[in-house]
Amino acid sequence: MIGVLSYLVFFATMASILAIAVLGLNLQWGNTGLFNGGVAAFFGMGAYVTLILGGLPQPDRLGGFALPYLLALLGGGAGAGLLAWVVGRCTLHLRHDYLAIATFGIAITFENVARNASWLTGGAQGLRGFEKPLQDTFGAGLSYNAGFLAFVLCVLALVYLFLERLVASPFGRLLRGIREDETAARSLGKAPARIRLTAFVTGAVILGLSGGLFATFYGFVSPQDVLPILTFQIWAMLIVGGSGNNLGAIIGTVLVWAAWTLSGWALSRFAPLDMQLYTGSIQYILIGSVIVAMLFWRPQGLFPERLLISRPARSRGTTSGQTGSTDT
Amino acid sequence: MADPILTAPILTARAVTAGYVTGLPILREVSIDVAEASVTVIIGPNGAGKSTLIKAIAGLVPVSSGAITLGGTDITNIAPHAMAAHAMAYVPQTDNIFRSLTIRENLELALRRAGSARKARLDKLYDMFPPLAQKRDEKAGALSGGQRQFLAVANALAVNPRLVLMDEPSAGLSPKAAQEVLGMARDLTRDGVTILLVEQNVTQALKLADHCYILAEGRNQVDGKAADLLGDPVVADIYLGGKRVRATT
Amino acid sequence: MIQSLLDGILVGAIYSLGAIGLTMVMHMLRFANFSHAELLSVGAYCALVFDRLFEGLLPVIANNIGPLSLTWALLLAMLVSMGVTGLTAMAIDRLIFRRVRERGVPQSMVFASFGVALVIRNVIGLIFGLSPTFYSNDIAFAMILSQDPLILVKPDQVFVLIAALICMGILHLVLSRTTFGYALRAVAENPSLAQVNGIRLKAIIAAVWLIGGGLAAAAGVLYGLTNQITPLMGNDLLLPVFAATIAGGIGSVYGAVAGGFLVGIAANLAMLVVPSGYSPSFPFLIILVVLMVRPNGLLGEERT
Repeated sequence: MIGVLSYLVFFATMASILAIAVLGLNLQWGNTGLFNGGVAAFFGMGAYVTLILGGLPQPDRLGGFALPYLLALLGGGAGAGLLAWVVGRCTLHLRHDYLAIATFGIAITFENVARNASWLTGGAQGLRGFEKPLQDTFGAGLSYNAGFLAFVLCVLALVYLFLERLVASPFGRLLRGIREDETAARSLGKAPARIRLTAFVTGAVILGLSGGLFATFYGFVSPQDVLPILTFQIWAMLIVGGSGNNLGAIIGTVLVWAAWTLSGWALSRFAPLDMQLYTGSIQYILIGSVIVAMLFWRPQGLFPERLLISRPARSRGTTSGQTGSTDT
Repeated sequence: MADPILTAPILTARAVTAGYVTGLPILREVSIDVAEASVTVIIGPNGAGKSTLIKAIAGLVPVSSGAITLGGTDITNIAPHAMAAHAMAYVPQTDNIFRSLTIRENLELALRRAGSARKARLDKLYDMFPPLAQKRDEKAGALSGGQRQFLAVANALAVNPRLVLMDEPSAGLSPKAAQEVLGMARDLTRDGVTILLVEQNVTQALKLADHCYILAEGRNQVDGKAADLLGDPVVADIYLGGKRVRATT
Repeated sequence: MIQSLLDGILVGAIYSLGAIGLTMVMHMLRFANFSHAELLSVGAYCALVFDRLFEGLLPVIANNIGPLSLTWALLLAMLVSMGVTGLTAMAIDRLIFRRVRERGVPQSMVFASFGVALVIRNVIGLIFGLSPTFYSNDIAFAMILSQDPLILVKPDQVFVLIAALICMGILHLVLSRTTFGYALRAVAENPSLAQVNGIRLKAIIAAVWLIGGGLAAAAGVLYGLTNQITPLMGNDLLLPVFAATIAGGIGSVYGAVAGGFLVGIAANLAMLVVPSGYSPSFPFLIILVVLMVRPNGLLGEERT
């Protein structure tokens, strides 16, 4: 019984952490139409910076500044935002392919640096020497994990409310406007490149926060945690849920994460022994197929973007057409 | 409403309604007849649907109702790449040559189906357009405006068309170059080619053409012999007032 | 220094072959195709299968060609693989990309290619196993070109360079001497005018996939010949091939060739000063530098 409960807490914590990441990606892709092919890099940046800032000093590497936890976590978000700012400044004023390629490149580069710069990241062994916050108060085990889940849920709720407010605000309308018709937005005196950069960096900060929480949960992060497959997983969650819809994104996260863990469990349980080595490959094929299949079957996701029309427009009765990405 | 055309028309459009978006027609029930080996010009104020009409004939704008025939064959909504098969060519207003290809490459591309006759027909096109022959190995992007139009027309002629559709061939050209291009269109009819062109340059076009259609607001307004319309005040009325006028000729 | 330059040229030739197909697809279909480098893997493994098949059927051709570890069987297998991979690329377009394209959401194409790449890579892993393989288990001995400074070249590497240059030479002749080549360039410049001039866009798009897939297969085989064959090779080569494409200018075939050599040489020279563990990051830095200095690449045209 305790085992099941522990597992449920673990599952819920991971799902909530990933949901935060999916919300960050949703701001970039769903609301703004920016393709981020390097989710793992921004997630990883948050994870590494959080642990470097909040960890205990280590003899063999830089970092371990032992900052208060919340400060370290915010630092992780800021680190991811900084990374996004650099990439965005170079690419967002160019054709959209460049952002896709550059973000893909940053993910490879990030993993590469995490593996090699042992003086900063601990190299392939990962980053140790981080003590989970408030461990003295809550102790170890289930009670601590339940407390941490509550904290993650709070962060998730805050991020969700923030994004809902943002999407409904004039800035949110501007984002969709640029996504749908950049020329029109520019002719109205808006600067699409700058607005997109703001959205891209904000999304990256949220991705970074999620990475920071992930690293906190394990008290550890290594290059294995920032592999490209993470990018695919988070994308699949967003696409299944429905890009543009924050609630859909959260539900999509839970569904895909459940399918992922369930398929992993089933494969390890039922697949013949000589196939065990390939369970990863099979799961990756499933994720890739989910992404492609959703494009054919239901490109708007299970929970499509809702119509968001400001009141004056509605009273004029101009409610035809949806703002979803399925518009042609 | 039209004055009778004595020779049988090679191209007919009957009550053609067409537009880029279904339910939003730009052309409304437009009809024209084009006589063989003649120059027919379509004029009218901005937004009259002139270019849309020849694009509809070329299969570039979907026709929602009405019929278009060429030499008695129905060509309504043909695929753009099937024009050559119907001995028809379309010269767009802008971007009508491949700038990154040389002049020779442009022409050889247009002549790619000519088989063994390719060399002879290439030489014939060079004879018709000496400036192109001189610059044959230069990139087409380096040509002057008038020479580009010559190349575009030469490309169109490569398929041995019976009908050439031209969208404002004199737009953006110097008066002298415009005169040359329109004169060349006239010359082509001597070889039996039929020309249907859209023009903004009303006076020059009317001096050159045999027959003229005036469109406004997507509908037929007036048509008649180009020479008759040259001094007709009705032309100015349509242009300046945009008035709906019934055909008087 | 000279050794690095030489190594850079050799690997650059492989990047160039990969980048040619990518630049054509990116230009004509306007999307960053993340699955392009998987065609290198497909080509390499396809050649492996045919190599073993030919050796089994005709042991005579299993002999090495001169000093190369390459056998006649593998050479033949490479040519077959180029065809098969080209057809595979066409089939993927027909089954997936064309359908997504016809739905009219351009950004979805990038996305679809992301998923396709993941599927191809792991299907190859499932079929052929995750561990690296080689075309030949012979140890290839390097030739000493010079003692001081020490410069070593393997005969296979010389073959790689020559084979890559032959592929590029043939493509150059096709583009500059045949009306089919003019049609390809015409569609690249102005698809709607090309259509008006009677060129079938669908046929040209299919040809682009065929050529791009074929050249990618050649690149994959040549890479496998001088390195190793793994299901992850496409993943590893994707970023350098993207870098070559961007450096050369999207849409420019000659730019892609130049970009491939540029990336190969720059990355090998950089390894003189930076620890070699960081080499996977170099293409990204090259991309950033190009985007800051010359966003349209060496030979590309501006397009939004």
